[in-house]
Amino acid sequence: MTTDTRAPATDTKRNPFKDMTPARKYTLFLVAGLLLLSIVQLIEGTNQLTSPGTWSAALRLTIPIMLAGLGGLYSERSGIVNIGLEGMMIAGTWFGAWAGWQFGPWWGVALGIAGGALFGLIHAVATVTFAVDQIVSGVAINILAAGSMRFLSSVIYTPDTGGGATQSPRIQDFIGTFDVPLLSDWFNSLADKGWFFISDGAGILAGLTTGVSWLTLLALALIPATSWLLWKTAWGLRLRSAGENPWAAESLGVHVLRMKYWGVTISGGLAGMGGAYLVVVQAGIYREGMTAGRGYIGLGAMIFGNYNPFGLLAGAGIFGYSDALRLRQDSVHGILLLLAIGVTLLMVASIVRKKYEAAATQAVFAFLFFLWWGLTDTVPGQIVTATPYIITLLVLALATQRLRMPAADGIPYRKGEGH
Amino acid sequence: MKKLGLALLAPIVALAFAIGVAALALLAVGVNPGEAFGLMWDFGTTSTSIASIVNRAIPLYISAVAVAIGFQMKMFNIGVEGQYLVAALFAGWVGGSIAIWAPLHILVVIAVAVFVGALWAGIAGVLKVTRGVNEVVATIMLNFIGFSVVGYFLGNFFAVDSGALNQSTPLLPESGQIPGLNWIFTVFGFTEPKGTELQGFLIVAILIGIGYYVLVWKTRFGFDLRASGANPGAAKMSGVNPKKMIMYTMLLSGGVAGMVGLSTMFGKLHAYTQDFPRGLGFAGIAVALLGRNGAIGMALGALLFGFMERSALILDLNNIPKEVVQIIQGVVVLAVVIAYEVVDRWIKAREIKAANAATQAFRSDGEEVAA
Amino acid sequence: MTDSDQAIQLIDITKTYPGVLANDDVNLSVGLGDIHAIVGENGAGKSTLMNILYGMQSPDSGTIKVRGVEDVFHSPKDAIAQGIGMVHQHFMLADNLTVLENIILGDEPTKGLALNYSFAKDKINTLAEQYGMPLDPDAMVEFLTIGQRQRVEIMKVLYRGATILILDEPTAVLVPQEVDDLFDSLKELQAEGVTIIFISHKLDEVLSVSDAITVMRGGKTVASVVPSDVTAHQLAELMVGSELPTPETSESTVTDIVELSVSGLTNYHSDGRIAVDNVSFEIHQGEIVGIAGVDGNGQSELVDTIMGVRDAAAGEVVLSGVDITTDGTKDRREDGIGIIPGDRHRQGLLLDSSLWENAMLGHQTQPPFEKHGFVDKKGAKRRTTDIVERFDVRTPNVDVPAAALSGGNQQKLIVGKEMMASPKVLIASHPTRGIDVGAQAAIWKELRDARAGGLAVLLISADLEELIGLSDTLLVMFDGAIAAELEPASVTPKTLGSHMTGVKVEEAS
Repeated sequence: MTTDTRAPATDTKRNPFKDMTPARKYTLFLVAGLLLLSIVQLIEGTNQLTSPGTWSAALRLTIPIMLAGLGGLYSERSGIVNIGLEGMMIAGTWFGAWAGWQFGPWWGVALGIAGGALFGLIHAVATVTFAVDQIVSGVAINILAAGSMRFLSSVIYTPDTGGGATQSPRIQDFIGTFDVPLLSDWFNSLADKGWFFISDGAGILAGLTTGVSWLTLLALALIPATSWLLWKTAWGLRLRSAGENPWAAESLGVHVLRMKYWGVTISGGLAGMGGAYLVVVQAGIYREGMTAGRGYIGLGAMIFGNYNPFGLLAGAGIFGYSDALRLRQDSVHGILLLLAIGVTLLMVASIVRKKYEAAATQAVFAFLFFLWWGLTDTVPGQIVTATPYIITLLVLALATQRLRMPAADGIPYRKGEGH
Repeated sequence: MKKLGLALLAPIVALAFAIGVAALALLAVGVNPGEAFGLMWDFGTTSTSIASIVNRAIPLYISAVAVAIGFQMKMFNIGVEGQYLVAALFAGWVGGSIAIWAPLHILVVIAVAVFVGALWAGIAGVLKVTRGVNEVVATIMLNFIGFSVVGYFLGNFFAVDSGALNQSTPLLPESGQIPGLNWIFTVFGFTEPKGTELQGFLIVAILIGIGYYVLVWKTRFGFDLRASGANPGAAKMSGVNPKKMIMYTMLLSGGVAGMVGLSTMFGKLHAYTQDFPRGLGFAGIAVALLGRNGAIGMALGALLFGFMERSALILDLNNIPKEVVQIIQGVVVLAVVIAYEVVDRWIKAREIKAANAATQAFRSDGEEVAA
Repeated sequence: MTDSDQAIQLIDITKTYPGVLANDDVNLSVGLGDIHAIVGENGAGKSTLMNILYGMQSPDSGTIKVRGVEDVFHSPKDAIAQGIGMVHQHFMLADNLTVLENIILGDEPTKGLALNYSFAKDKINTLAEQYGMPLDPDAMVEFLTIGQRQRVEIMKVLYRGATILILDEPTAVLVPQEVDDLFDSLKELQAEGVTIIFISHKLDEVLSVSDAITVMRGGKTVASVVPSDVTAHQLAELMVGSELPTPETSESTVTDIVELSVSGLTNYHSDGRIAVDNVSFEIHQGEIVGIAGVDGNGQSELVDTIMGVRDAAAGEVVLSGVDITTDGTKDRREDGIGIIPGDRHRQGLLLDSSLWENAMLGHQTQPPFEKHGFVDKKGAKRRTTDIVERFDVRTPNVDVPAAALSGGNQQKLIVGKEMMASPKVLIASHPTRGIDVGAQAAIWKELRDARAGGLAVLLISADLEELIGLSDTLLVMFDGAIAAELEPASVTPKTLGSHMTGVKVEEAS
């Protein structure tokens, strides 16, 4: 007898957690997360995990990764894998520094975007017009970008300028910062009070509202803007269709190749913006190698966010936060406890859902984390540095099967080729 | 002969294009390209330079071979960078901590490097086979994790003096060093290189190249490998097990990658240090692309890159930006990849035309069996 | 009957491809508001004709008239402008987009800069109600059943104002319930004035829903009938032609020894539909078992399962008395199963590799191709040269890439390399598809000779001449299951055609 197993099995058990609206779910997560942080801080005797300083830094460190990841989003949504984000970001740092030095920080942003977009365009030509293997092209772009920027530096930054082959002179100015009126003061004073949970939460919010760069605001605005652009406009629909089923799109009259060009070039521009941010908000100069793999981490954030702008922001946030903690040694140890408790909670959830095998693995990990936390006083710096990468691997390993990658991502498309 | 000509066509065109772009860049900054390239050539062809070039080419070549093994199966091992550093660290520590009969000592060091490199790459392989994780991202992540692992172990366990500015594993004793090959120059009547010793590891590199060639083109495994890359459907139908193939490939690739740092270790630094050369993994990708995964092609590519880097040194002394070499390298990689694609497409079009003509000739009564 | 009564008229359409006469002076007339079916075997020319009507191809000669007015279509856009919409057999839907997004793509209604979702939603809901095709515009296509996806495809063309619908094998992928739903929808569409042309090989269905039927065979239209005038069996006869080749009368070489036995073999497609449905049969030494059936009824899945490329959900495969159900492909190859794959480009050849390397495919672990783990190039070349000579593969040498050979010669090479590896069982899947007559005859001879030598052969084909001429036992596959076992020497076209198309056989065989 043939069993009709058409539609995928749906979980029909009444599960209060699943029935909540996304908004409610996220709020619950946030509150639970904050509670956890507060508890851990109490035990550890530190307030670094939620201090304004930490979160201010976390925000600053999140944005470049987020921008790179957003760039990756546009490209992959149009169906082109973009490993060259790192190179496009490098171009952004270089042009950002040069223009920032010559004209001013906002010019730095503009030219950083342009520089990144230029390399994005090259990648587009190679992969869309010549249908070269997309990963190969991406790697080549990285090499080309690094080399070109090195060359430009050595030529333009002669000793009298104050720069050299591997770094630029200082830019004229940083992008201005602002404090959110009223809120910033209020949160800061609350944070100082030292009240459990409330001050911790206030600390986070204080960090997010104090000393915020205008560029950060602009960058963050790009997230809802992207969401609107890709899901609420015709252009966005066509772009996504190029990545989901280009043959279907072509058969309906969409200029698939043109959409891919847009996707990849914008992707370069955004990565370039991320690079510019590094210069005009943080470092003030171009230094060779300053991107430190953020282009790749951005890709990781994108995958973590399941090819979705808001998820991407969350992913970038995790990386940014762990990056910020890196410099606050006494806080890192507390993260172990956080992880231990977090995994324990996961284990409880697995047991409730009758996924015993998963619960067993989680129990083991929780135990190990507790052990590690209990037996040590500090976590070696190198391990913390590796956190974003380890997290990316874990996410990929656990979620790849359930990720919704654009269906035709990475597949070479030539116009007119029947399906 | 024709095939050889066609095979060289793409890289030569790409190189010419890259040199052209570099010439433009030089002109833009007021430098005479002819003069610059002339200086590079003269400097690059001295004995000392040749020794240096070959030394630089050795790790590039080994790295390219590691990458190429993956490429044969359309798998991208971008993790050579991390693999060789982790491997070099452990190999260096083991090598510096023992002292046994020389040939065995050297073999042990190499074995450790190969093992660790394979292990590191194997992680990505397992992730791909069991969880479907894309090997590009996995290997890149493992690169960064590898850097951390190296920093951690070196700083906490392996360094001779963890407080030093440039931490290092214990130095390889005499029995762990490979003698140089400068005598080759004198034997053939050339001047002996000054200040540079042609590294003995060259022998191993050549052996690796031969091994690669034999493995990929002469063994049945290599046949399976290439078939899997060319037509996975046909390979599967012919009996190849895709999951096993992925694991073997990653392990092999990682094992070779592990040896990338050994020439520097045996021939120059005699230890793993914090300023151990970096970037060889990525450069290896460029060389593999340039040499189109061919044993000889990659050797030529490695020598070309080595030549460019070495001869660029002279530019510095003449106030010409030596970074022009970076431009050539970057452009040539991108250009060659496009050129290969275009040439391939052109050749295929010709072959299809010829096949059609041949089919027409065999038409017996103007009617074909319904397709 | 004036011209303007006819929704579509195709007059004297001729179309040739290199070496193939796809449409030979075809004439088709579709009444306005009719449901008109076009039936025929694989390769009869139906798809080509519809591609011409839809503007995807241009005819070499002939005229197209839409509602009595002559027109020329340079691209599908022209056809769409005339109200013609085509629903392909292979759906073109983006899984990760919603129904609404798939429908409006390329023709998006906008309000300022943004998509006008409400307009689109209203339009779709209105159309859905008007034509009786319920759809949820916000559903993600990924989760739709095949029947629902088809509705989305139909809605795509209705949304663009199509009044003449072309459906290419619409029921090929549907289960009976969905077929009923579809036909209900078609009737509703017809009630609203839509003209429907559909291509099918399922005669029962065609008779139940259409107003007129055109039968094509070998690139020509052979009949235009009305369902009330004809039975399914007569249609089947028209489809396959009343002359069937007479099988060669020669002594049977079938022995008693069972070489390959398949019992209860079952597995499923990734979407849960059944692919191979409880298939059982035996092949003896010296026997050719032929499986007839229209493409897409489970034959390639069956082959993949026997070869080990696909896992069996249930059932067994036994070779020479040994259960190989869980063995890998390599082991099965080494044990002596050979295969001439149905899709030589996707499964049978390394197009850019030399002939001698291609000869190794499937045999690379055995002599003369392998020696101590190494490729024995000399042995391989020698064997390949033998193959080339024995099987008359036209090539200058064995070093040329396989892509340089013509289809017929490529196939001869594949047949040769499999035969010369002395297999115990040979699976021949569409062994002479798309090759010239000379190569075809040569391959048939080889199969016969090999059978005489004791080879057990499983022959999968859609070519009736081939099946009847070669098979000792003739099975018919339909919807994944063995529908019938017939006697090649005495089978009539009616019976064979009926079984192949799922018609219930009322008369005694």
